Amino acid sequence: MISEWIVSILLLLGGLFILIGSIGLIKLPDFFMRLHGPTKATTLGMASVLTAAMVFFANSASGLSVKEILITTFLLITAPISAYMLIKTAIHHKLKAKDGTKGLDNIEKD
Amino acid sequence: MRLEARFRWLPTPFRSLFLFIVWLLLNNSVSVGHIILGALLALLIPLFSMSFRDPQPLILKPGLAFKQLLIVLYDIIVANLQVALLIMGPSKNLRPGFVKVPIDLMHEMPITILASCVSLTPGTVSAEVYPLIKSLNNDDNPTQRYLLIHVLDLDDEQALIERIKVRYEAPLKEIFQC
Amino acid sequence: MLDTVLLIVFSMVGLSLMLNLWRLIIGPSVPDRILALDTMYINVIALIILYSISMGTGMYFEAALLIAMLGFISTVAVCKYLLRGDIIE
Repeated sequence: MISEWIVSILLLLGGLFILIGSIGLIKLPDFFMRLHGPTKATTLGMASVLTAAMVFFANSASGLSVKEILITTFLLITAPISAYMLIKTAIHHKLKAKDGTKGLDNIEKD
Repeated sequence: MRLEARFRWLPTPFRSLFLFIVWLLLNNSVSVGHIILGALLALLIPLFSMSFRDPQPLILKPGLAFKQLLIVLYDIIVANLQVALLIMGPSKNLRPGFVKVPIDLMHEMPITILASCVSLTPGTVSAEVYPLIKSLNNDDNPTQRYLLIHVLDLDDEQALIERIKVRYEAPLKEIFQC
Repeated sequence: MLDTVLLIVFSMVGLSLMLNLWRLIIGPSVPDRILALDTMYINVIALIILYSISMGTGMYFEAALLIAMLGFISTVAVCKYLLRGDIIE
């Protein structure tokens, strides 16, 4: 019974974070700011959904499964790398940053 | 800092341990057969892939590395709550900006770990390492290196640089002893 | 209770997939579209995990792992192509 509560709360939190990440993708004004939503909010959302799945299967007939840890670790390792590649591409394509962005002269020409 | 491992047949001890754990997790069992096969793979894969990689500094303080991992995990959760609040708030109040952080680390592996930590924690994404050179492992021309980061809501630039240097870079220097 | 919660979370993830699709269509630049695709595959992993919870079997984790790996590799490959005009130099 307790485990069902834990699973429900973790699932709701995860869904909320995933939704917030996607809202950030729609709502923020320029590419560099949009990058913040998916790299952080979606990763934590996935982590809590996977934790919920682990708690659920530990209490069900199929027994404890640990593959969720593997998926979570993989997402945590790869999210910064794909963010780095994307922001490098954006700088290479000289995308416009939002007006009033500070320190634009810190970007060096390549 | 040490580039060479203690034993020739075990060039990267912690990566071998990581591979062994990943093998057991993938198979979801701890039977004798999988332990033997996993140990064999964890010994052989680093040996065969050694010649493709540049030598990287080894982890010399495993206890401190574990503590730093817990700190970063805690920061990830706090960072996500902050970023979620920033995203849901009105977006014209945000003050985005690019910041150049001077870093003292010299080698590819520690810089990669630092950049990943910065990307996963409060409102910052690392964008580039300056100066752009082919290999970071040349010790003969140690110029000052910079990490370019993009900040979602920039309040105080100096405080942010100080925070990154104290919270993430200093422990990494301690772990790799460089 | 779990069934209701699963239904709510399913609709949340579905809504985020629709928002990602909207960003994928309106662009306006190529990196924006790659970012939308990258977010979409992570949301699809969440959808698969939710489905496996509602079915009560652990059979779907291999699929989730494979999608995670292929999505990451394809994002990096497309970025590399846009940066250099070549994937393997």
